[in-house]
Amino acid sequence: MIRFAGDSGDGMQLTGDRFTSEAAAFGNDLATQPNFPAEIRAPQGTLPGVSSFQLHFADYDILTPGDRPDVLVAMNPAALKANVVDLPDGGILIVNTDEFSKRNLTKVGYDSNPLEDDSLEKFQVHKVAMATLTIGALEETGLGKKDAERAKNMFALGLLSWMYHRPTEGTERFLREKFAKKPDIAEANVLAFRAGFYYGETTEAFAVTYEVAPAKLNVGTYRQITGNTATAYGIVAAAQLSKLPVVLGTYPITPASDILHELSKHKNFDITTVQAEDEIAGIGIALGASYGGAIGVTSTSGPGIALKSETIGLGVMTELPLLVIDVQRGGPSTGLPTKTEQADLLQAMFGRNGESPVPIVAPQSPSDCFDAVVDATRIALKYRTPVLFLSDGAIANGSEPWMIPDVETLPDLTVEFATDPEIFQPYSRDPETLARPWAVPGTPGLQHRIGGLEKQDVTGNISYDPENHDKMVRLRQAKIDGIEVPDVVVEDPDGNARVLVVGWGSSYGPIGAAARRVRKLGLPVAHAHLRHLNPFPKNLGEVLKSYDKVIVPEMNLGQLALLLRAKYLVDVVSYTKVQGLPFKAEELQDVLADVIKGVSA
Amino acid sequence: MTAIDLGIPGLTGVPTTDEKQSARDYKSDQEVRWCPGCGDYIVLNAVQSFLPTLGLKRENIVFVSGIGCSSRFPYYMNTYGMHSIHGRAPAIATGLAVARPDLSVWVVTGDGDALSIGGNHLIHTLRRNVNLKILLFNNRIYGLTKGQYSPTSEPGKVTKSTPIGSVDHPFNPVSLALGAEASFVGRAMDSDKAGLTSVLRQAAEHRGSALVEIYQNCPIFNDGAFDVLKDPDEAERRIIHVVDGEPIRFGREGEYCVVREGFGLAVAKSADVDASEIVVHDASDLNLSFALSRLSTQDLTHTVTGVFRRADRTTYDDGVRAQVNEAKASKAADLSKLLHGKDTWTVVG
Repeated sequence: MIRFAGDSGDGMQLTGDRFTSEAAAFGNDLATQPNFPAEIRAPQGTLPGVSSFQLHFADYDILTPGDRPDVLVAMNPAALKANVVDLPDGGILIVNTDEFSKRNLTKVGYDSNPLEDDSLEKFQVHKVAMATLTIGALEETGLGKKDAERAKNMFALGLLSWMYHRPTEGTERFLREKFAKKPDIAEANVLAFRAGFYYGETTEAFAVTYEVAPAKLNVGTYRQITGNTATAYGIVAAAQLSKLPVVLGTYPITPASDILHELSKHKNFDITTVQAEDEIAGIGIALGASYGGAIGVTSTSGPGIALKSETIGLGVMTELPLLVIDVQRGGPSTGLPTKTEQADLLQAMFGRNGESPVPIVAPQSPSDCFDAVVDATRIALKYRTPVLFLSDGAIANGSEPWMIPDVETLPDLTVEFATDPEIFQPYSRDPETLARPWAVPGTPGLQHRIGGLEKQDVTGNISYDPENHDKMVRLRQAKIDGIEVPDVVVEDPDGNARVLVVGWGSSYGPIGAAARRVRKLGLPVAHAHLRHLNPFPKNLGEVLKSYDKVIVPEMNLGQLALLLRAKYLVDVVSYTKVQGLPFKAEELQDVLADVIKGVSA
Repeated sequence: MTAIDLGIPGLTGVPTTDEKQSARDYKSDQEVRWCPGCGDYIVLNAVQSFLPTLGLKRENIVFVSGIGCSSRFPYYMNTYGMHSIHGRAPAIATGLAVARPDLSVWVVTGDGDALSIGGNHLIHTLRRNVNLKILLFNNRIYGLTKGQYSPTSEPGKVTKSTPIGSVDHPFNPVSLALGAEASFVGRAMDSDKAGLTSVLRQAAEHRGSALVEIYQNCPIFNDGAFDVLKDPDEAERRIIHVVDGEPIRFGREGEYCVVREGFGLAVAKSADVDASEIVVHDASDLNLSFALSRLSTQDLTHTVTGVFRRADRTTYDDGVRAQVNEAKASKAADLSKLLHGKDTWTVVG
């Protein structure tokens, strides 16, 4: 497990990303977690400006980006100070000494230089003058000192690549492609990368290198993928599987913007992206497109959902398909834009006026975004309803290997538009799904009017009739309640667990890893993870009631716990944390162990 | 046959019919529920009489509205229609226009809907030049919420929410639209069916956003707001009807005219100026259009009607469609290839 940490201008995300690609190409299983400030360039050398990237790679299947790094690369005193607390005793610390000037030390509150006192003695410290060495290696290129110094992140990458016996061709090819328009910069980066690699090889400071063999994953073809890319690809796939065009109406917002960036590249799949004037226009455009027979999609984060609520309600009333993607971040208000949280569940569930039910689908990992978004689109199209898709910052920016599906095996999402004027009624319903007909403008003889006012059952005309309103409220609810979702699967390898841990969304990794750990300690535990939050799987109540204790860890103050208690009258134990960071397997291990011991005592 | 064959760029792509249509074909089976004497009736009637003259397939016409009295409009049209939410009709209509080149999309809105809660969508729709026809019913009052002042109410207006008079300064909708880069801006009166129909026709023919401000009387909460423009004697001194390419004269005998003054325009007596000094309307001249919108404050001393501006500019929906079509033509939609990307590895058993 490696963490690269530096100033937000130091290129740590790129460095981490490249190391990840090397690991992926080598066949390791992996999980990554970037952590960066909301400011684009926070003041240099300060604690708020620290940007880091953690990579967990192994020769077995892993579930999380890891709790604590084995190796910490710190490019400056701020990065050291912000990250060293996570480094376990005996961990390897590689420090760029060039930045440890008195001024930089004072800036982050170091009274004395930690490299010179004994505060780091419990670690294996490697002091490397990365900037000096990089500038030296680039002397002959004629590049200015400032430009040369900027390649020091590639020096660090080269050094780590040597330590872990990584293949280097991929990174060199990548650098040449990335800087194709500036060949001198490309060569400088390649030289710095090689200098780092050779530095490791020639100095004797690094006594040990590590070999991590390829992981034994299931047979198939893999690639590395982030959650936002997988979400975008899922939308492209849904367009192909339904043979419908996609219109994405959206407004840039962290951490969801990459979905817009990715989809805007795939116009050849009949995908139109509209960067709207605001969040409300984004969803309005999506709903207008759905009305016209396209798959309307909008992507945002929590604050954007707040703005889109009224239009989601219009989608509920007009019963049109609509995919609403919420990449959750720390809240409330602007909150923690670049950090993760799961605190929009109740907003998704209830955040509209009136009785306004919408289905909710949550992916559990970066690669799972693909299947989950295809499923969310299936529900939207089949049941003619807005669907809330709850990803989060950890999934969106995190990456892992993804076994690429055979497109032939993906589900058929085709739908039929209404065409027959003889039988058409705007609010008649399919007896099985309770969906109303999707009658798009341009269809002869089906001219009709829809809108936000209450509809008369069947005809869709405006109706203020009390009995009718009661009926329509219940019909809309029944339609959502009746959505077909797969049963929840319980993972209990020993089959004798009395404690069930239930999670949803991105906590799948840490919960799964914690469950494995406690089982190794001889404490049986069952794990169920919910992709469908509304409606819940049909078997969920039965599952919950068959355990002595149910524990629900969430990155909020207990939102799923509240829903489970209310619906199933089960006294779940709620474990919550809202620090803007994913759970650590270590902490959940303790929590689970305590509950299990409590039950057996 | 589509409207492009008719030489109507605004309706390019919308299928036409040879079937004879009448106003009755455009009346829905819903009972019209505006207050007796409301100006909306006259506008509805004018639109229902005008649409059959376009010869479009009725199922390819869509009316999208927001919230307010005027926004009930779609229910009374036997076309496709959506009565959406407050202020958002331009956004929803944008999505529809982007997705469907074969539709003629109309937005019906009011001074509160378009200029207050939906102001942002209005200006951005005009800026993008989405191919929508926007009918802004301006009665200078909030009707559906029973009589509060609106963003076009005159200063000092006494209403339910301003018992000692409003201190708000009103928008000039035409100036606003021109400032928002609108490619077509017109104005008409509810009481002038011929003038309204003429502006509607030019709006329909225009490819791009067309904003038509319609002065419309609310007999319940703001009755007589435009009476000075309806009194024949007053009207001839106040209403300045402009026609592209023609000198701007008004009055019963053309005794008044518009001349240049400083950076703007002013009204003069035709007898006092040389004929060459009378401004000739040029709808492609943005500065002239804007100056016309500023001829007087909104106290109706002077009111310009007709088409202020008409300029050709690529529409947003045509632009994004062209990009998508070009991408589709130049690159196959190979899902499997996309999912694989550049760097894959294979695990074998």
